[in-house]
Amino acid sequence: MSGTLGRAAAALLRWGRGAGGGGLRGPGVRAASSGGSGSAEHLDALVKKDKVVVFLKGTPEQPQCGFSNAVVQILRLHGVRDYAAYNVLDDPQLRQGIKDYSNWPTIPQVYLNGEFVGGCDILLQMHQNGDLVEELKKLGIRSALLDEKKDQDSK
Amino acid sequence: MELSAEYLREKLQRDLEAEHVEVEDTTPNRCSSSFRVLVVSAKFEGKPLLQRHRLVNTCLAEELLHIHAFEQKTLTPEQWAREQQK
Repeated sequence: MSGTLGRAAAALLRWGRGAGGGGLRGPGVRAASSGGSGSAEHLDALVKKDKVVVFLKGTPEQPQCGFSNAVVQILRLHGVRDYAAYNVLDDPQLRQGIKDYSNWPTIPQVYLNGEFVGGCDILLQMHQNGDLVEELKKLGIRSALLDEKKDQDSK
Repeated sequence: MELSAEYLREKLQRDLEAEHVEVEDTTPNRCSSSFRVLVVSAKFEGKPLLQRHRLVNTCLAEELLHIHAFEQKTLTPEQWAREQQK
């Protein structure tokens, strides 16, 4: 139990720093209708612009968080190269906006065909149980793992 | 604000009428307040993953505002029984 308050405080401080130090959630974060980068309209357009859209901490080349990295690696395994990745660390409005838009508290967030799929946990389970291959197929994306399997079967 | 593994465990158990709940404080492995939870509940039956996770998120809505990282696994009692047999 000791240190619990310390950790919660540390989390608050960390969020404050990341969001420009203006408090728990950065300035202008709930600018829902002004068309800013965190607005519902803007995000709606973003998630529909590409078949596979992910919101990460960091970039696919340099993820800044283990969970975001997991999403990147799973997509890589399936050979999904053409996807839109948005770095929430670059933009506090985006970071809070996407959480409000998805009604989901954490990053990373994955959208397939404009629909919110979930975070890293869900993507990982979908990867493990074969659902991800199916969902990608529905989008006209052939998972690289299907080809791997074919090779193995024919050996 | 109370943010211990025990507190989260009790809340999840109560609100989701869970058969089994495990909460691990993973903060030492990460940069700040982090938890990993496993919830086994009949309430998850017939619900896709996203819906299950949203149930958990709703239960811990207040707490999640102060948690930096959160992992969750949601199983029905049947899935849990199968998992334990492995």
